Amino acid sequence: MTATSHETTKTRRSAGIPFLLKTAFINAVIALVLFSLMIGIRTEAGSDGQLTYWTRFGDLASLVAAVFGGSIVIELLRQWIGATGAEKLVPASVQNGVSFIGRYLAPALLIFTLLVPVIFYNQRYILDLAILVLTYVMLGWGLNVVVGLAGLLDLGYVAFYAVGAYSYGLLATNFGWSFWVCLPLAGILAAFWGVLLGFPVLRLRGDYLAIVTLAFGEIIRLVIINWQDLTGGPNGVSGIPRPSFFGIPIDNSDDGLAAKLGIEYSPTHRIVFLFYLILALALLTNWVTIRLRRLPIGRAWEALREDEVACRALGINTTTTKLTAFATGAMFGGFAGAFFATRQGFISPESFTFQESALVLAIVVLGGMGSQLGVALAALAMIGGFELFRSLETYRMLVFGMAMVLIMIWRPRGLIGHRAPTVYLTKAQAISSDLVKEGHG
Amino acid sequence: MSEETILSVDRLTMRFGGIVAVQDLSFAAERKKITALIGPNGAGKTTVFNCITGFYKPTGGAIRLSHDDGRQIALERLNDFRIAKLAKVARTFQNIRLFPGMTALENLMVAQHNALMRASGFTLLGLIGVPTYGEAEKRAIALATDWLRRIKLLDRADDAAGNLAYGDQRRLEIARAMCTEPALLCLDEPAAGLNARESAALSELLLSIRSDGTSILLIEHDMSVVMEISDHIVVMDHGVKIAQGTPQEVRDDAKVIAAYLGTDEEEAAAVMEGGT
Repeated sequence: MTATSHETTKTRRSAGIPFLLKTAFINAVIALVLFSLMIGIRTEAGSDGQLTYWTRFGDLASLVAAVFGGSIVIELLRQWIGATGAEKLVPASVQNGVSFIGRYLAPALLIFTLLVPVIFYNQRYILDLAILVLTYVMLGWGLNVVVGLAGLLDLGYVAFYAVGAYSYGLLATNFGWSFWVCLPLAGILAAFWGVLLGFPVLRLRGDYLAIVTLAFGEIIRLVIINWQDLTGGPNGVSGIPRPSFFGIPIDNSDDGLAAKLGIEYSPTHRIVFLFYLILALALLTNWVTIRLRRLPIGRAWEALREDEVACRALGINTTTTKLTAFATGAMFGGFAGAFFATRQGFISPESFTFQESALVLAIVVLGGMGSQLGVALAALAMIGGFELFRSLETYRMLVFGMAMVLIMIWRPRGLIGHRAPTVYLTKAQAISSDLVKEGHG
Repeated sequence: MSEETILSVDRLTMRFGGIVAVQDLSFAAERKKITALIGPNGAGKTTVFNCITGFYKPTGGAIRLSHDDGRQIALERLNDFRIAKLAKVARTFQNIRLFPGMTALENLMVAQHNALMRASGFTLLGLIGVPTYGEAEKRAIALATDWLRRIKLLDRADDAAGNLAYGDQRRLEIARAMCTEPALLCLDEPAAGLNARESAALSELLLSIRSDGTSILLIEHDMSVVMEISDHIVVMDHGVKIAQGTPQEVRDDAKVIAAYLGTDEEEAAAVMEGGT
């Protein structure tokens, strides 16, 4: 085995120089074609509105040369490292360390999260960012039920977020109902819409399912824009009440929480309260999902992702199984939506575009489908990372996109690339995600 | 239909457009016996299986299943998962369909879905953690453990099903079907791809399942397995039944030999003899 691989390397090296030049030349030609219009010719509207253009062949030549040189360097690196996977480059001691960290990562993260308002009490920006990250953690965990566990590719998850937000916004502004009454209602309404969406798409699989769910997300948004009497159309719903601490308002009035506790009021109190509220909601989502996975319904979801035909042969009602997955995921989306509405105090259809669905889906996929910890880490990386690159201004998206590509090369199955079994006889062994199916919708 | 019959197929016809896959097929499978359905490739065996297990809706004919308690179920009217759930017919597949990313034990737990769903109060009681569900889950694990021991995979219980050897996967699929506690077990080529030793172990397993009181309907190409364990054999060719009877009767049937090996009967007899 080793001898053969050595020989292969040798033959590759001996055929190296012509091969190197050929690869580099092909890459350079592709770069030339791509960049000749983008870089080589610069066009602009002149002073009288006419088209002016000038050429930048110098820049073009240097870019093509860079691609040529870069290809050679990359190819040489590849030959030097050999055909082994990246994990073989990491020494065993480091890998052991990583697995050690992995075991204590979740509790450590949880403790840190609980302490965030204490550590960063005076840094409003960080608290706001933490609330945003936690909102996406919750959305990611909710969508994870549908995409990660049941394997149903849902591109319209934002619809349930919108249903939840508008449920709370409209019930609170029209009837004056409190947040704690509206929260379960928002969840139930979103779950109801989840079932409504589920029924027509039950027979669809894969790409078809994705397209129909995408359309569903857009339909909800368009209905919200056009149903002006109810939703206020593009103007949105404003003046949504802030949440209260179980009836006690968090403000500087005499019967506010601060006055009752006998401490001086600070606007940060409300932010800290919102932080713990979304943390509690997210942890509830996590707890319910972890429990559901160990119940027959959760196992049926995962079995459905693995093989739907086998599920039917075992007498599992795939219709209700899929509907419960849609409803459960939608319910958590609805909770998160209600939180979003109470946090912002104002909602409009602009907040519920397809981009949100795509972002949440990216979090689930990046995290590793089905992994709770992975989704949390991915939300942190996606939302926090995006903020981290804020100083790069124009190049922010470019750097962020490259970071995403690198992560997907390094970890094609997501950050957490294994599945934990739901039940075991002697020892719970992690299952490599190479075996786990992604589902066919 | 006699007391002893568990499955009776009556004038079953299945057409796909202009192609007649199965035509007027009638046969019966006896209770607590192993009935084999054999025939050359393309004879329509798997189509019959798919009709019985609800994956196809037959164009015509009747399929009756009678339970121990005298209940009769018209399988051609049930569809999809209901045949496995209500009629208690379990099946395996020609190309293995396990849940590869779940452990062997999890595969057997998924098979007990309907019983566990009832025990978990359709999830709601299980979510708040009522003790009755905990007990039901323990029983389910015990049943699964029992089956893992019978198929000699107890030490691989916590390994992913996709990591098991091919022969082990075949046996696990049978165990998974048995965990639904079926009245009739339908096996689609269980010995395909097994070596001689694994085939022998499979025969032993199927005989033990029969002696536990489960009726078996079997499609198989491996004649050593078929001839050794079958109580009754139905031979199909081109969608129609050409012979039936005990292994000895079928082996000597001129039409069967012709269907399998052309008309040279001497040569055919030699091969059939060698297979046993």
